[in-house]
Amino acid sequence: MPETRKLNYGEAVNAALHRLMAELPETLVYGEDVGLPGGVFGVTRGLRKQFGDRAFDTPISESAILGSAVGAAMMGRRPIVEIMWADFSLVALDQIVNQAANVRYVSGGRLTAPMTIRTQQGNAPGACAQHSQCLEALFLHVPGLRVCMPSTPQDAYDLLVTAVHCDDPVLVIENRTLYFGAKEEVTVGGPVQPMGGARVRRHGSDVTVVAWGAMTARVLDAAEALAADGIEVEVLETPWLNPFDTEAVLASAGRTGRLAVVHEANVTGGFGAEVVARVAGAGVPLLAPPIRVGAPDVRMPAAPILAQALLPDADRIAGEVRALVKG
Amino acid sequence: MSERRLADLLAMWRVRAFEEKVRELRLAGPIVGSVHLCIGQEAIPVGACDVLEPEDALFATYRGHGWALARGVPAERMFAELLGRETGVNGGRGGSAYFTAAEYGFHGENSIVGAGAPIACGAALAGRYDGSNRAAVTVFGDGAMNQGAVHEAMNFAAAFSLPVVFVCENNRYSELTPIADMVRTSRLADRAAAYGMPGYRIDGNDVEAVRFHVRDALEVAKENGGPTLLECMTERIVGHYIGDAENYRKPGEMDRIRAREPIARLRAGLLADGVPADEVDAVEARARAEMETAAAAALAAPFADPATAREHLYA
Ligand SMILES: Cc1ncc(C[n+]2csc(CCOP(=O)(O)OP(=O)(O)O)c2C)c(N)n1
Ligand SMILES: [Mg+2]
Repeated sequence: MPETRKLNYGEAVNAALHRLMAELPETLVYGEDVGLPGGVFGVTRGLRKQFGDRAFDTPISESAILGSAVGAAMMGRRPIVEIMWADFSLVALDQIVNQAANVRYVSGGRLTAPMTIRTQQGNAPGACAQHSQCLEALFLHVPGLRVCMPSTPQDAYDLLVTAVHCDDPVLVIENRTLYFGAKEEVTVGGPVQPMGGARVRRHGSDVTVVAWGAMTARVLDAAEALAADGIEVEVLETPWLNPFDTEAVLASAGRTGRLAVVHEANVTGGFGAEVVARVAGAGVPLLAPPIRVGAPDVRMPAAPILAQALLPDADRIAGEVRALVKG
Repeated sequence: MSERRLADLLAMWRVRAFEEKVRELRLAGPIVGSVHLCIGQEAIPVGACDVLEPEDALFATYRGHGWALARGVPAERMFAELLGRETGVNGGRGGSAYFTAAEYGFHGENSIVGAGAPIACGAALAGRYDGSNRAAVTVFGDGAMNQGAVHEAMNFAAAFSLPVVFVCENNRYSELTPIADMVRTSRLADRAAAYGMPGYRIDGNDVEAVRFHVRDALEVAKENGGPTLLECMTERIVGHYIGDAENYRKPGEMDRIRAREPIARLRAGLLADGVPADEVDAVEARARAEMETAAAAALAAPFADPATAREHLYA
């Protein structure tokens, strides 16, 4: 039975994991420090106690974590594995790109890898270049993977539930700066939501701003500031990036006549390029060339004062969107 | 004899005083982000760096402040790096977990577990072609022994008899998880045999033992004898990172750790040998004063200039 609980983002992930382990006996939860310690961010707390050896700690062996998830998934388990930072997936990309993503295709659907990779990414103050990257575009370039990036407690819950019920390999990219955010009312125990879809977080008529992940909140702050200047921003969050709700973007951009895409990842080769290309390719008439707002193409410095100069914040987003609208 | 031990004590106190000051600055606010201290593990960098030559290469981890200091990187520039100042060893680009000071023979921390090991192989390999007699030392934790890159590096170094010393700092934990739960054999040093290289488990809290074994391994390496694995047994007296609640500790564990920690041990040894207490304790005071001065200078330095944030990406 669905019920409403006050949960922050991290607690919502935890609630989803509890539900999934209870309703799907084939699930396993494992990764570095996720068992007894309950995760370095506390997100897997309580699972070991409640579900015993279906939740466990692993060596610092990302290839073995991901590869064993592929193999266990082939045999009918439904592993939910954690890669503590998205940056660490890079030491084991083979198991995601060459292995997990190929299983269904090469077997003509006779073999599948229904596994979920939970990870988190992005900059937090003081984090170094090896703990700050936003890698969603890398994974979105790989056919055969599903990718989502929830930014609210409700989506953190719903998207994970959907991901684990999905029979494809799904990457759920969380964000450590969101885990301990404000508690919100979250409906838990409801039906499994369909995969995909977009969220209109704010209605507006002058410009469509598409965003995902931790940038969504910054875009909403920017939209608030722009409203004071008389610019009405439509904020469209796309927490599912594959499948991506292209139709929702086309419809909104068609209505407002202007498009900006905001992501924390650096601009070149970012998924913003794909979104802009889809809108251009669809022939949506725009009043001004679309823009992408993201980090510049540079490594991420550890000093907060340097990182702040690179990461899109509400001021910079507002400035660029204002320029787009005012021409 | 007691002179060298007093020098060791001073070097270890410098590391500890640096780390304690870092903790203070992290908790008070000026240092931001994740910081991993090596308090309790000081004997390993101090013993090892004492026998490194300037041309040798050194690759450490995020728990690398002590290695940098022992290699001679000035404390002031390290504080400045952690504080995001212009005068930091990397101008604020590296931070606590990823700074580099090659001009001091410190080829960098690394915040990807195990990543330094293959790079050290390359530094050693380069010595074959550049006429130097360089050896490379790569440092990593017990947990890193389970990372694929470390296995590959050990075989690579062994197969080509590269002058690499693999220094494993076994502090019994990988973050919050005991290494004993993550391996079936308890002696990590035994793995060396599988690669055809010598492996020794040594007392990593005994600076003299570390010095002896690293010197030996370097000698073998430089005489074309190939790599060595040194498993240095130690403990961290602090959490994995500043803010770690350390819920994984067992009752009485910290008391046992403190009784074996390298600084208290060396101090007790010096006192037992009749070195006057005031002479021994002056060392601590001197190290602390140095670190206070260095930290104050770093705090007075200007912040890194945001206008430079995009510099140094390409040649
Ligand atoms: C490839 C990779 N996986 C995971 C991590 C996260 N992580 C950072 S430190 C650490 C524990 C390392 O333990 P150990 O090697 O024993 O070194 P110690 O921290 O004890 O010095 C982990 C899992 C990482 N930085 N890189
Ligand atoms: Mg360790």
